[in-house]
Amino acid sequence: MRFASHRDIARAVERGVRRAGLPIAYSAGFTPHPKISYAGAAPTGTASEAEYLELSLTEACAVGDVRDGLDAALPDGIDVIDVTEEAGSLGANAAEASQWEVVLPGVGPEQAAMAVEAFLATDTLEVERLTSKGLRRMDARAAVVTMETDRRAVDERNAGYAILRMVVRHMTPAVRPDDILAALRRVAALAPSSPPLVTRLAQGPLAVMAASAAEAHVQGLAQGQIETTRPGALTVHETGTLPASAYDQLLRGAAGSLRTHAPGSLTGEYPDARNRAERQ
Amino acid sequence: MPVESVYSRLEPLLPLVRKPIQYVGGELNSVVSDWDAAEVRWALMYPDAYEIGLANQGIQILYEILNESDGVLAERTYSVWPDLEALMREHRIPQFTVDAHRPVRAFDVLGVSFATELGYTNLLTALDLAGIPLAAADRAAGDPIVLAGGHAAFNPEPIAEFLDGAVLGDGEQAALAISALIREWKRAGRPEGRDGLLAALAAEGGVYVPRFYDVDYLPDGRIQRVAPNRPDAPYSIAKHTVMDLDAWQYPSKPIVPVAESVHERFSVEIFRGCTRGCRFCQAGMITRPVRERSITTIGDMVERGLAASGLDEVGLLSLSSADHSEINEIATGLADRYEGTNVGLSLPSTRVDAFNVTLADELSRNGRRSGLTFAPEGGSERIRKVINKMVTEEDLIRTVTTAYASGWRQVKLYFMCGLPTETDEDVLAVARLAREVIKAGRQASGRRDIRCTVSIGAFVPKPHTPFQWAAQCDRQTVDDRLRKLGGALRSDPAYGKAVGYRYHDGKPAIIEGLLSRGDRRVAKVIKAAWADGARFDGWTEHFSFDRWARCAAQALAADGVDLDWYTTREREYSEVLPWDHLDAGLDRDWLWQDWQDAIDPAGPAEVDDCRWTPCYDCGVCPTMGTEIQTGPTGARLLPLTVAGAQSPAMMARGTAAPANGPGV
Repeated sequence: MRFASHRDIARAVERGVRRAGLPIAYSAGFTPHPKISYAGAAPTGTASEAEYLELSLTEACAVGDVRDGLDAALPDGIDVIDVTEEAGSLGANAAEASQWEVVLPGVGPEQAAMAVEAFLATDTLEVERLTSKGLRRMDARAAVVTMETDRRAVDERNAGYAILRMVVRHMTPAVRPDDILAALRRVAALAPSSPPLVTRLAQGPLAVMAASAAEAHVQGLAQGQIETTRPGALTVHETGTLPASAYDQLLRGAAGSLRTHAPGSLTGEYPDARNRAERQ
Repeated sequence: MPVESVYSRLEPLLPLVRKPIQYVGGELNSVVSDWDAAEVRWALMYPDAYEIGLANQGIQILYEILNESDGVLAERTYSVWPDLEALMREHRIPQFTVDAHRPVRAFDVLGVSFATELGYTNLLTALDLAGIPLAAADRAAGDPIVLAGGHAAFNPEPIAEFLDGAVLGDGEQAALAISALIREWKRAGRPEGRDGLLAALAAEGGVYVPRFYDVDYLPDGRIQRVAPNRPDAPYSIAKHTVMDLDAWQYPSKPIVPVAESVHERFSVEIFRGCTRGCRFCQAGMITRPVRERSITTIGDMVERGLAASGLDEVGLLSLSSADHSEINEIATGLADRYEGTNVGLSLPSTRVDAFNVTLADELSRNGRRSGLTFAPEGGSERIRKVINKMVTEEDLIRTVTTAYASGWRQVKLYFMCGLPTETDEDVLAVARLAREVIKAGRQASGRRDIRCTVSIGAFVPKPHTPFQWAAQCDRQTVDDRLRKLGGALRSDPAYGKAVGYRYHDGKPAIIEGLLSRGDRRVAKVIKAAWADGARFDGWTEHFSFDRWARCAAQALAADGVDLDWYTTREREYSEVLPWDHLDAGLDRDWLWQDWQDAIDPAGPAEVDDCRWTPCYDCGVCPTMGTEIQTGPTGARLLPLTVAGAQSPAMMARGTAAPANGPGV
């Protein structure tokens, strides 16, 4: 699922909810949409082991049934880890930061350690990214709470890659792992031989993230982390809804939109093949 | 011997390409089977982008049928975009399946479904990436048998050199028969190698094996004869026809991608074949006779398909869906069943008929009424008679009036340009028609914000149709008429904003014409264009007319024929056509007579539908041993009952029942 966009994931979840037969609530209006909301979706191209979403249901369901039914109905690569019934909706303050793991192919552990040191030694590190709203500048350093190289990789000197662990604060505009990698490239000429593999390990309150980062350091990674980093207390929702569930997001895609034009089409709204399929 | 997945080598490249999600597989209802447990292994290919190919019914049906068959495994492969193609070449990654990322060359069969001839260059890319020799004659024991199917397989001659075989017609039973023959051949120790298998497929599997036939040419470039070069190859090869669609309820577990695809709906084919007799329509000619699925089977398939996929839109598919003998009962029955849920129903391919609007109203009970599409195909009454599209202007106006009056805001009209005997006036008549439609719509709806979109493309004569002898209209004439029509549509400010205009120019149509009615010599053109970089020719941004024209001129020079010879030249009755030995069941003399009726200087003669008038001897039923299969069955769709909530599937059914009340 690393290569799936947020839209792809959302569509898969909608279908999964229908297949599982969950009594999902729909929005009112001309084109009703199932009431499903997402907290801080991981950027396309990154994997995630800690995503949260919220379903509004029209009747009370056992959380275990919702978890198992939805898990079975979702495609491989999206796993429902846990479901809880919450009285309110996912607060923005609950997920204040994320813990990320970045595998850097072709980078030696020592080189990575030096880059981290150089990065942490700076006060600010401005990077630019082209967004749909134009060129945005952001401070990559300010977003990073902790950053270190993973010891397991450091021990294996011939591994041929380095692993970074970092806790990144959720900010507006969002600072993404690739922005931080861009900053590392600037301060320490860190250049992986092929695209880094980025995975979100957890998200939650800042303090919990920082603490669990330290813990992971010692223990290695455990699935139980998702439990421990669950967003805290949520407020009440009057329709008596809503399990928030964590789901595992594996592959997501670094994709631009692929605009397709029909041969000679004046407006270019439909590719020829699509048009033909439509007519069949 | 285990076959390794290429995924670990592919994954690092995926962040570097556009829409990588299309290459990772893992779709809902996709199947990964144990390689070693299978005796016969199929790689099924749709030679276009994943987003187009995934929804293809033919591939989905065969995928399910083959995977359900004991000892048979099927995986899917699609064309990779040029960005990934370049990386695959650089990193030596072969063409792979999306299911288990196995190399295509490891399979026994590569089955390619061609809906359009513009996919031919994509076949070459896939073969080349797979490491399979392009020419069938160069393939060895370790290479898969490359089979073509789909509508374009009714004249596979332009790609004959690259194919081991072609399968004409319905694939359900044919694919199983081919699997059985391959299994037999493998168990027997592969007697006589590839040729032994191909001979068995030709003799017993109904497969056309091009290399068993020789083509001789006359000095003027026409074909002298096509004849088998071995005693066991039949003189003509008949198409396959599935006679009981209720016995083949596929797809039942539609593949649902995580990536976006062209059809986000579950489609159920409500009947196969069409006998309306539109003279330009290859699909209608080669899929005869009409075979309906029963109303109860359709109801079951919709219920199962929605539960298995989680999709919320159903398309009732066929060549002319409103012609099902019980369409009214189907529409009402489904609309009743799914009333109050968020399941949308749609009816693609509707004729110009007010009854269809009533149907569409019924089907759209749950949702929006945005747009309806009709295909009058010709602008003037005269040209519609030439193509045997029996629609009068009154029909059209009555139909759109009903549509606008019942709340539809947009009507889309499809037309063709460059039809036989067509003049500028026939095309300009489209503009007048569009104005009449807007006028009627404004009157019926009492609003001014209604729209009518005119969509027009260049006509390409197709094999096995009455127009197979016709001269294709040259591209200058087509483009000229399209330009004049655009001017005429925009000329009247009172209607200008209400009319949308979309057209396909004449250039791709000429190349499609070359590939549609070409013979084996055209293979040189395809190969040259592909070597020159032709990919995804159905896509404007990739298609290059100049490249094709240049390659055609060079490759055909020695044969004394050219692009015009294949496209804009009218054929005589006596000329041997490249596909004459391929039998769609249509009587050649009937086709010729129908062609003469179309272009009769005294005015075109029309042919009615044989479902409600006497048989007009097109030849299909007696030749193929088939017959028209239509209802009515008299059965009705009952409401889905609330069966309790023991399982998620049951819950899904429960929510669909009206008794459960609206979900919001």
